[in-house]
Amino acid sequence: MSKISRRKLITTGVAVVAGASGLAVAARVAKANGLIPPDSGGLYGAGETLTYAAQRLLARHAMAREFSRGEISQNPFANEVAPLGEEFNRLQAAGFADWHLTVDGMAAHPTTFSLAEIKSYPTSSHITMIGCEEGWTYIAEWTGVQLSYILDRVGALPQVRYVVYRSIQPDWWESIDMSDAVHPQTLVATGMNGADLPVPFGGPMRLRVPRQLGYKSVKYITHLTLTDNLKSFGKGKGGAASDGGYAWYAGI
Amino acid sequence: MNATLPIDGADAAHPLTSAVPAAAEQKRHSATVRITHWLTVIAFVGLLVTGGEIVLSHPRFYWGEIGNVNTHPWLNLHLPSSRDTVPTGYGYVLPDQNGWSRYLHFQAAWLAVATGLYYVLWGVFTGHFRRNLVPARPDRSFKAIAHSTMRRLRFERPNREEAWSYNLLQRWSYLLVVFVLFPLMIWTGLAMSFGFDSAFPSVVRLLGGHQTARSLHFLVTIVLVLFLFVHVVMVILAGFRARMRAMITGRAVPPTE
Repeated sequence: MSKISRRKLITTGVAVVAGASGLAVAARVAKANGLIPPDSGGLYGAGETLTYAAQRLLARHAMAREFSRGEISQNPFANEVAPLGEEFNRLQAAGFADWHLTVDGMAAHPTTFSLAEIKSYPTSSHITMIGCEEGWTYIAEWTGVQLSYILDRVGALPQVRYVVYRSIQPDWWESIDMSDAVHPQTLVATGMNGADLPVPFGGPMRLRVPRQLGYKSVKYITHLTLTDNLKSFGKGKGGAASDGGYAWYAGI
Repeated sequence: MNATLPIDGADAAHPLTSAVPAAAEQKRHSATVRITHWLTVIAFVGLLVTGGEIVLSHPRFYWGEIGNVNTHPWLNLHLPSSRDTVPTGYGYVLPDQNGWSRYLHFQAAWLAVATGLYYVLWGVFTGHFRRNLVPARPDRSFKAIAHSTMRRLRFERPNREEAWSYNLLQRWSYLLVVFVLFPLMIWTGLAMSFGFDSAFPSVVRLLGGHQTARSLHFLVTIVLVLFLFVHVVMVILAGFRARMRAMITGRAVPPTE
């Protein structure tokens, strides 16, 4: 073995060890700073973690793009949903007067709000784009109460790290981290384009998370759970979509 | 420094020993070029396959910010779709593969970006681009490009210098891929990210909107696939085994002419 190849061998060895320990340190720092998504395991975990961590480092407080009134889509597309079921039909027949949003988990005062109560709170509006992971988009004005207002109202405990939200549709749920949960554009939306939120678009109540793809803006929400850990929900990956093989973080 | 031999500034002062059979091989491609080349191949194949799959969930393209089945596409691919909400004219719906496709697409994108960044920084600092890719001053003309193109089209044998380095057409197309097409793919890809656009809205605004970014991402893919096709054809014409060997082992037999 020549001198050069021995030197090369040693340099390579040192580089590999340094790289591996660097990665281990980076993983610890990332974990401590909430930069590891719940679907970080498995074949695609590395790419997913890089995407989530990079976007949280670059854009934790960034605001989703807002558009002018003239840019609102004239003919927005309401993606199809599974049949809504008997309970929904009964509530709809009564004009959603009995629609409720239950907030539980790590809260000082777990509360069940009526639709009327939610609508009586200070509203916030934004004209933003909703985009599907399939590639299509439309722009609408969304109106509702900021999720952060609801979190304040129920006295969310400081250790809350995720908000889990459920649809009235069976087994349909998602979760977001606190960066999105307390974000001023994240709404419990009850209005669209100046009217009540139409049923095909999630009425009477959907979560609106404009910095992520449409599948995180779950329609027909009835239940929020505040938690510090997603392991006990479904398969532990933080949502029905991620349990079904989709990315939990949908900012890309 | 020798202007033509060997490429990538490899050590020319090491004639091969008699242990190596046949004609004397010399260093052709540096380890960095070979490793980044094959990593890019892996990333590109991953991106192409998953990108194509993602397109199937909505095989329509639009300009501007908004586009959906209620708006007019500039391009409708007339392919079956993995969603029954897309009017395709086909009586069936393909299985949904977007979950793993999107996961793998972004993981492969990270590999492509990391590899590309390393390659470009390395190429700038070692003078690889200046020495091996940027054409000499007299060759920077349309006439020279036309001349080189005609020679390729007539399947003329490369001259000694071209055979051991890159011909003019190769130089321009590699520079185009490295410094124009790949950056455009990254730009248009990032512009489709809602999270990224929140932090850097001008990235998508400069392109003209979310759907324009998506359309350009698709169009540049077609250009890259054309490049890949011509690239592979040229490798076959130049001698598939020898060229693969050069890109894997780094060694090749210099032209004797």
